[in-house]
Amino acid sequence: MAVELDPAPQLAQFAHPERLVTTEWLQEHLGTPGLVVVESDEDVLLYETGHIPGAVKIDWHTDLNDPVQRDYIDGQGFSELLGSRGISRDTTVVIYGDKNNWWAAYALWVFSLFGHEDVRLLDGGRAKWEAEGRPYTTEVPTPAPVDYPVVERDDSGIRAYKDDVLAHLGNPLVDVRSPEEYSGERTTAPAYPEEGALRAGHIPSAQNVPWAKAVADDGTFRAVAELDEIYRTGAGLNEGDDIVAYCRIGERSSHTWFVLKHLLGFEKVRNYDGSWTEWGSAVRVPIVKGVEPGEVPSSK
Amino acid sequence: MTDPLPAQLAAIREEFLSLEVRDRLQLLLEFANELPELPGRYAEHPDLLERVEECQSPVFIFVEVDDNRIVHLFATAPREAPTTRGFASILVQGLAGLSAEQVLAVPDDYPDTIGLTQAVSPLRIRGMTALLGRTKRQVREKIDA
Repeated sequence: MAVELDPAPQLAQFAHPERLVTTEWLQEHLGTPGLVVVESDEDVLLYETGHIPGAVKIDWHTDLNDPVQRDYIDGQGFSELLGSRGISRDTTVVIYGDKNNWWAAYALWVFSLFGHEDVRLLDGGRAKWEAEGRPYTTEVPTPAPVDYPVVERDDSGIRAYKDDVLAHLGNPLVDVRSPEEYSGERTTAPAYPEEGALRAGHIPSAQNVPWAKAVADDGTFRAVAELDEIYRTGAGLNEGDDIVAYCRIGERSSHTWFVLKHLLGFEKVRNYDGSWTEWGSAVRVPIVKGVEPGEVPSSK
Repeated sequence: MTDPLPAQLAAIREEFLSLEVRDRLQLLLEFANELPELPGRYAEHPDLLERVEECQSPVFIFVEVDDNRIVHLFATAPREAPTTRGFASILVQGLAGLSAEQVLAVPDDYPDTIGLTQAVSPLRIRGMTALLGRTKRQVREKIDA
């Protein structure tokens, strides 16, 4: 049974307020039966330095990715992972992490591929929790394993593959990488390691909206009016649009996916997780260099 | 010379490899906690430090080669980036007291060999490889100068 929703008024403005909880709410609800808190960070050691009491750790790379295929774990793997963390199918999961909930949003998106119903983000993530001096512990919980059903991952609704993006050209695309990556000046984020793409630039017609624009200085998501300014006015997204977001490997764009889907309420938003590392190296796919979105090629 | 790996680096590698994969993270955290503070002359002059762009978090290094050609590596990374601090600390401790020639002889793939690619992913290890690479480059620049 789902744990009650956070009634905080600042969440009510969002299309799906049930996808967020505030730090106040989480502290009050720690230990509630049916609630599991998950930390998912960019820095894999951060959890070990101290985490929200009772929180379990999920690492995107070692836990959520298949070690051999470039793909996510399958239903069996997901069942084992979540069961081992004490999460059952009807558990309310609150995910938080470092760097504006970047990896936390990614984990939430993967949970969504498996249709886990009640999964929420901690608004403001680790940074806000810390800034407010809320409790941390280094004690690692040992949850009693529970049964999580083997559900087949459903990629159809919120995940796009390269061929889907080729077919999608002409519809809205959001490139959430840095301006330097978008223009083709470099293939990786400033300060991030080379992940290998043969060419630099962006997918034709994609609008560039760096992912972190959605976040205010305190790490919480910006208010709807500001998000509308960024995504509707700035990037030209309209109600009813079919939208694909991408970045370099699909992590930053899952953050934007969360914003578009759950905060602004766009119905059809997919994350292209192959992203630039695939597109920038794929044979016979078009790219554009420079700061302009560029035209969709007329024939392929 | 069959194994040019200096003793401290070899010992660090053995220490990691002797542990289960999950315990290697704990050891990396210990290294992170042991990263020495920068000496005042660098703490007050961040402009002297070189940012290691390849790392996933802001990390800065500075290398000195003293009159006896001994290398001194200084590094700083934020507390919120323990993985990066751990990588830096391994190198700071592993290279301590080595001569310029010994540092330059450290195999470039040392970071790949200490059993962390499974624990923290190969992608992140590249940050440490970059740290080593930049350290060597600074050593070369200093001994050529």
